[in-house]
Amino acid sequence: MSASAAEPTVGVRRRRHLSWALALPLGWVLLVAILAITADWLGLPDPAAQELIQRRKPPSTEYLLGTDNLGRDMLSRIIYGARTSLIVGICAPFLGFLIGGAIGISAGYFRGKIDLLAVGFIDVLLAFPALVLALTFTAYLGQSLFNVTLALGILSIPAAARVSRANTLAWANRDFVLAARTIGASNWRILTREILPNVLPAMFAFWLVAISVIIVAEGALSFLGLGIPAPQPSWGGMIADGREALDVAPHTALIPAAVMFLTVLSLNFLGDMVRNLVDPRRSAL
Amino acid sequence: MHWLARQVLRLAVVLLCVTLLTYLIVNILPGDVAIVILGSLATPQDIAGLRADLGLDRPMLVRYFDWLGSALSGDLGRSYRNGEPVAQAIADRLPVSLQLMVMAQIIALGIAVPAALLSVRRPGGLFDRMSASAAFGFLATPNFMLGIVLIYLFSVTLDLLPATGFTPMSESLWGNFESMILPSLTLGLIEWTVLMRVLRSDLLTTLKEDFILLARAKGLPPWRVLLLHALRPSSFTLITVLGLNIGGLIGGAVIVEQIFALPGVGRLLLGGIFNRDLILVQGTVSFIAAGFVLINFLVDMLYAVLDPRVRYVRFRS
Amino acid sequence: MSGAVSGGPLLSVRDARVGFGTVRGLLRAVDGVSFDLQAGRTLGVVGESGSGKSVLVRSLIGLVGGGSGAVVGGQVLLEGQDLRGLSAAGLREVLGRDIGIVFQDPMTSLNPVMKIGRQIGEGLQLNRGLDGAAAARRAVELLAEVGIPEPERRAVQYPHELSGGMRQRVAIAIAIACEPKLLIADEPTTALDVTVQRQILDLLQREQRQRGMAMILITHDLGVAAGRADDIMVMYAGRAVEMATTREIFRGPRMPYTEALLRSLPRLSDVAHTRLSAIPGRPPDLARRGMGCAFAPRCTYRSDRCETEEPALTRDGARGFACFNPLAAGSRVVA
Repeated sequence: MSASAAEPTVGVRRRRHLSWALALPLGWVLLVAILAITADWLGLPDPAAQELIQRRKPPSTEYLLGTDNLGRDMLSRIIYGARTSLIVGICAPFLGFLIGGAIGISAGYFRGKIDLLAVGFIDVLLAFPALVLALTFTAYLGQSLFNVTLALGILSIPAAARVSRANTLAWANRDFVLAARTIGASNWRILTREILPNVLPAMFAFWLVAISVIIVAEGALSFLGLGIPAPQPSWGGMIADGREALDVAPHTALIPAAVMFLTVLSLNFLGDMVRNLVDPRRSAL
Repeated sequence: MHWLARQVLRLAVVLLCVTLLTYLIVNILPGDVAIVILGSLATPQDIAGLRADLGLDRPMLVRYFDWLGSALSGDLGRSYRNGEPVAQAIADRLPVSLQLMVMAQIIALGIAVPAALLSVRRPGGLFDRMSASAAFGFLATPNFMLGIVLIYLFSVTLDLLPATGFTPMSESLWGNFESMILPSLTLGLIEWTVLMRVLRSDLLTTLKEDFILLARAKGLPPWRVLLLHALRPSSFTLITVLGLNIGGLIGGAVIVEQIFALPGVGRLLLGGIFNRDLILVQGTVSFIAAGFVLINFLVDMLYAVLDPRVRYVRFRS
Repeated sequence: MSGAVSGGPLLSVRDARVGFGTVRGLLRAVDGVSFDLQAGRTLGVVGESGSGKSVLVRSLIGLVGGGSGAVVGGQVLLEGQDLRGLSAAGLREVLGRDIGIVFQDPMTSLNPVMKIGRQIGEGLQLNRGLDGAAAARRAVELLAEVGIPEPERRAVQYPHELSGGMRQRVAIAIAIACEPKLLIADEPTTALDVTVQRQILDLLQREQRQRGMAMILITHDLGVAAGRADDIMVMYAGRAVEMATTREIFRGPRMPYTEALLRSLPRLSDVAHTRLSAIPGRPPDLARRGMGCAFAPRCTYRSDRCETEEPALTRDGARGFACFNPLAAGSRVVA
């Protein structure tokens, strides 16, 4: 799971397409988000209600996106699955950034032993292939929406700590911080008033990029059957279910796959734009 | 050699921490291990017996160092499920995982290097823009999704390749290739995007250097300038990213082995997790993490071999 | 420059132009420069940084343009053959065989990850058809010739293992490897320690004489050109503003800019602590040129005409200068 970035392209061409490049991904993400939030009031069939006679039906007027292996309405499951993806995708990095941010900022500000300890901790967490660590966590925490979020949140700690530490290091020696120190401001005051406001934009940009990474990770866990437990819909789980009927009812796998692809693609587009705004230098890699 | 000694020491510390953390996750997370293994219906006597069997009545650190001592001599314990030695189980499945990752890496480099070279011939040109778009698209494709799409295309629709299953090399070389090509493609088609971007960006920087101008002034044709003069000094970030991405590749291998039913280490781990086979999980996760750390260490060494300037700084001062 | 030696000049440049498209419009880096260079002679191209001297020379041999958005115009004849009319492959052949080039900074002009011997031998294999072993042997000979001790050992080392002066010697070995007829030295000593600058210039001059090569020596320092060049072309804002033999230039410049350059040189006859006169003002913005003489804003001799009309390069025998108010012929510069 690596961070992505936009390549700088020819300026003229970019400007002309900027409006579409912004409108399409933003529109899709908003659509997914609004449907996920309002799902309960849309009059959708129960995403868990099985109707075995109606199983593996292709898209029709009755079932807009068809039905799955157990005759459940795909549209309803996709929308409720979006809710799962968004909850995990937004909360897990947020958790990671609260803890990782605290670690990174104190490491970068206090330096010395705290820094050494923090860097060591980050190194050890990064020494595990991310998915393997996530699997191990969820396997022993037990499968639930909360535990999946917790596990993926822990996984995002090292990245968050790195970003906040690097930014803190860059700010901690600026003149205005030294000035605050010479007039006798406490560490707490300097951290919250001088450092934090400057580190937050970079953290925010990274949080946006992390959302799509975490959505994919949740999908992978659910795909392997170790993420969101069974009756609750999740895109990764739907793709895994659909795989069994790939020859007779390919839509059961391909529709959730397409939805997930479009969502991740849109989020990557938006993440790149925000990141270029916050830090133009990083856009090269 | 001072530098090397420091690196080896650091490697040892990280390996120690990694195995310890694995041990902690597997052993102290909620739930009594014995209950997890035996299920909630087990009698207290059974549980006590198993705890004694597993040595759970002794302090955690003592147990960890016991485990570490045997692990260093190659004994990772026996699977609780079928009594098979864990080390043997890993050794049996490792070749499949390695073959998968090597083939994926070959595919990724096989696409990334030519794509980057062709892109920088005309930055902003048609090929450059097309390959950048393709990379952006593949980067947004989760590997489990790509695997399914590839099966749908090549196995279900075109009926060219087997959807799942594994043929050992000893049985049929071609059969082995057929069973491995879709899994490797699944990983490789995603991996190339990052490599291509990194290499392209470094190539563009290198091509602005004076020594490239001098190479052109020698009368070398453009492809020779690119391959002989620009490629090698541009490949250092690529090597680093190659090492860092192995973590993602290992995670990808777990998923791909599951999709395509390949008997690799990843599938062994998943089986262990589903069966609550703690000793197997402990051994496999430690092995994977240690392997990952070691590979990154080797990549760092490779860096020194490739760049004479790094070698000079590290080994002569 | 005296034109009528049998067979004509080795290099003949007519109305060379290089423009770069920028957001602020076309930047004329080189604006209609013509000159001839006879075989075996040295031409010093002198000017401040940004005067277009490097771009001019690089454009002659096709190292500017193609991808960089540069527009190149004019005619370049090497032994009567028009380089601008050649195919890419044809130009590469001429480049490799007949022209050698030494860049300013040997820290960046040598490939950091290729052994020195191979960097020298590469051109020999390609352009002279030597096999690998012969090219390697020749590379060692060339290293010895440019004054590098222990050439066998150095040939298998990488550039970072050598000092700056040594690296520039290697760069010279690369440039002369294929016995070129024309050697281009682009500020070859600017990036070097003062103590080795002279050695490198001597080496260049020695090789040029021994091999009978023609040389273009680009420098911002008239003092460097003084003892080494037969002729001097002074460039300002992309144009040639004065052309003459070195002797004539030092005896009496006609163009005020040349005079200003001469005044900024330290002289042995100066009393200690004499202040060198710097040229006031700064070179013009090439993307925003007015209609007058580009040097007018900094010139002490300017008249009204200088601000509205651009002087062309007028010929006075072998000399040429672009000025409406030239200094009298033979007027010595008094510091």
